[in-house]
Amino acid sequence: MAQFDVIYLGGGPAGYVGALRSAQLGHSVAVVEREGLGGTCVLWGCIPAKALLEAASIVQKVAKGAEFGVKAEKVTLDYGVAMKRSRAVSAQNSKGVEFLFKKNKITWLKGTGALGAGKAVNVTGADGKTETHTATKAVVIATGSRVKGLPQIGLGINKTTIISSDEALMLDKAPATMAIIGAGAVGCEFADVFNAFGSKVTLLEVMPRILPIEDEDCSAELAKAFKKRGIEVITGAKLGTVKTTKTGVTIPVDAGGAQKEMQFDVVLVAAGRAPNIDVPGLKEAGVQITERGFIRINALLETTAKGIYAIGDVAGPPMLAHKGSREGHVVADIIGGQKHHPVNYGNIPSATYCHPEVASIGLTEAQCKEKGLKYKIGKFPFSANGRARTSGETEGFVKVIRDETYGEILGAHIVGAHATELIHEIAVARENEYTVEEIDLAIHAHPTLSEAIAEAVLDSMGKMLHA
Amino acid sequence: MATKVFMEALSPTMEEGRLVKWNKNEGDAVKSGEILAEVETDKAVMELVARGDGVLRKRLVAEGTTAAVGTLVGVIAAADEDIAALVSGASVPVPAVPAVPAVPAAPAAPATSAASAAAAPAVPAGRVIASPLARRLAGDEGVSLSGVHGSGPGGRIVKRDIEAALAGGGAAAASAPAARSIPAAVPGAPFRDESLTQIRKTIARRLAESIGPIPTFYLTAEFDLARAAEMRTAAAELGEAFKFSFNDLILKATATALTQHPEVNAHWLGDRIRYFNTVHLGMAVATDDGLIVPVIFDAQTKRMSEISVESKTLAKRARERKLRPEEFTGSTFSVSNLGMMQIDQFTAIINPPEVGILAIGAIEDRVVVGADGGFAVRKKLRVTMSCDHRVIDGAVGAKFLQTLRRLIENPLLLVF
Repeated sequence: MAQFDVIYLGGGPAGYVGALRSAQLGHSVAVVEREGLGGTCVLWGCIPAKALLEAASIVQKVAKGAEFGVKAEKVTLDYGVAMKRSRAVSAQNSKGVEFLFKKNKITWLKGTGALGAGKAVNVTGADGKTETHTATKAVVIATGSRVKGLPQIGLGINKTTIISSDEALMLDKAPATMAIIGAGAVGCEFADVFNAFGSKVTLLEVMPRILPIEDEDCSAELAKAFKKRGIEVITGAKLGTVKTTKTGVTIPVDAGGAQKEMQFDVVLVAAGRAPNIDVPGLKEAGVQITERGFIRINALLETTAKGIYAIGDVAGPPMLAHKGSREGHVVADIIGGQKHHPVNYGNIPSATYCHPEVASIGLTEAQCKEKGLKYKIGKFPFSANGRARTSGETEGFVKVIRDETYGEILGAHIVGAHATELIHEIAVARENEYTVEEIDLAIHAHPTLSEAIAEAVLDSMGKMLHA
Repeated sequence: MATKVFMEALSPTMEEGRLVKWNKNEGDAVKSGEILAEVETDKAVMELVARGDGVLRKRLVAEGTTAAVGTLVGVIAAADEDIAALVSGASVPVPAVPAVPAVPAAPAAPATSAASAAAAPAVPAGRVIASPLARRLAGDEGVSLSGVHGSGPGGRIVKRDIEAALAGGGAAAASAPAARSIPAAVPGAPFRDESLTQIRKTIARRLAESIGPIPTFYLTAEFDLARAAEMRTAAAELGEAFKFSFNDLILKATATALTQHPEVNAHWLGDRIRYFNTVHLGMAVATDDGLIVPVIFDAQTKRMSEISVESKTLAKRARERKLRPEEFTGSTFSVSNLGMMQIDQFTAIINPPEVGILAIGAIEDRVVVGADGGFAVRKKLRVTMSCDHRVIDGAVGAKFLQTLRRLIENPLLLVF
């Protein structure tokens, strides 16, 4: 039994960042976490996946080495080794968060949290013993989300032939054939990884295109690149009831009227995640759930129960680590009575780390049309960019959508090498309400990939120079 | 996000207001622009409108209570939003500019800027911090940034603030069409532009509504020309080169007075006022074709003899219709003289975008009460100044006329 100013339920990117900020503001802070610190992001998501994608990138680079005068022969691929390295990176990051907790004197309450009366939190440890702790100022729910299978069509996760990203991160070797259900960011990233490590990958997406939430041009560009690398992409795919045997899975696929039975060694279900709202005591505390199954919060991130806040995946989409971290920072400021800048949900970058990378911010062209906005498009291909040519990474483009009258940057969409790094120029510009003119006026170093942004901006003004 | 409701400066001179009647109850849904309450100002009963959407959660001032401009009088927020932090410590009217809001996201609280503008109307606003996009929007829509409350980080004016200002209608938006119809400013004249303060905008809008596009008022003063007449006689005795007319003296004195009152030597440009550092003096000349106003450029730098020669030449050329366009455009202030036509006094029409004009009547001998209490005969001149009230207030115009009187009644000062 201990008393804290603030207790965070969940040590993922939302909870741990909030905890760090609360500690910085002088609050006594505890974080309830049953697994390792860092949450899905550090343990089962962003970090280990990116470590594997880096391995995939090396595979692709080595394959192209000969044209650079670097001929590698007898190259062997070992997914197991890549996986172990990815786990090590993950563990290292988790230890990093632990170190930050010690440095900031944050208490890690190891166990599963439940809400008690008032602002009490009951924590049940691995040994089954329950301790009650109380928060004097606030309790923050940051319990995140988890992968959900598709049991309604026979795709419940069995962890052997039907797996989620969690299991994919732990495989010893790449399967010979693999179906990936869902071509969102997670699906596309694993398609990239397993393709690089020699699996025959089929990407199945029910929507008419891969990366359905991205701009259509980006979806098309990535689909083109994937197909070129031998990834089978089937969009508009309706799946029938799946049959599982000991050695594999059979999926009836209906794509554009053509029916076929497809056979795979492993099926990776990458379709969606469910928020973790099954915190005991939630209902009794008066915390309401939205129709979509998230915890209901107001603009100050507070739930319907006074003094109980919610942040991160459990509090609503987009389910992104950086959105959760920002909410963590803001909620700590709110609880601490600090002047806070509200989360700008309209300016959250989205990043997919496959090859080529896809990154975007703001509105897609379709959304601009839907809103009836008057806009101009500027587009510049990396094939016309000097730096991209030097590295031989000429796939993709920068697409900028600007307001016709005032030059406001309505959205930007990048496909290409390092797109996920490049997007932040636009993020800063949009946050500060710079128009296309300020981007043009800022001198971009030569030769860099960033020049493509400057050129796309110029194109939107009808002044493109290099294409 | 919660919106604080402040007692706003609803009239240019308002320092406090009496909340006569709440039009919304606590718990009522309100939309931005809806009337929340009626407030009695120093001049009239005005409407206090909502600056945000939501529910009127709290009325912090009872009907009949007087509150200083800037006092928090209510809170608009979502029905389930916690407003405790906003409400605490604000239950009684505090006669002060509102403190930094605990929830700074609260949008547009124009009371802050209006209050400070009312306190120090003459002081030019400091550096206005605004995003590039906000600046472009404001520029195109004719919104003056100095009157907009910034809701971004550190009080930065961002797009939503301009949109709120536009949605609020008000002075800023109303002035936009005027900005476009006004002729372009003088090419080449050294000047400084000053954004309109809130008080200036309100004056402009209200007065323009009452009287027409240029809300004009008139100030008449009678000047004693005894010393001017003596000086004129004395100068004429020195030779032909030193002869000057009373009109020359008035032009010279006006140019000098304008350098001391730059607030009168200005152009109204709709969204800003342009103050000139030099005097381009227009002089109305009647011709057979009609009125034309040739310009004595940089008049304040010219000696009486130069003004005398130049005004005669310009008048002659005007009557001969020989003026080039650049000789009758670009004046910063004008003088019209109908004295030679035995008009005692009259009011002249302002030549926009100028903001003032002097109407000079006839010089007459008048019987006045002399210093010794007996009657005396003095030469008198009646001058009437037309003032654009959007720029020149009564006292400002009067002070200019005081300076002009001092110069014309003591023409020796023009030597200094």
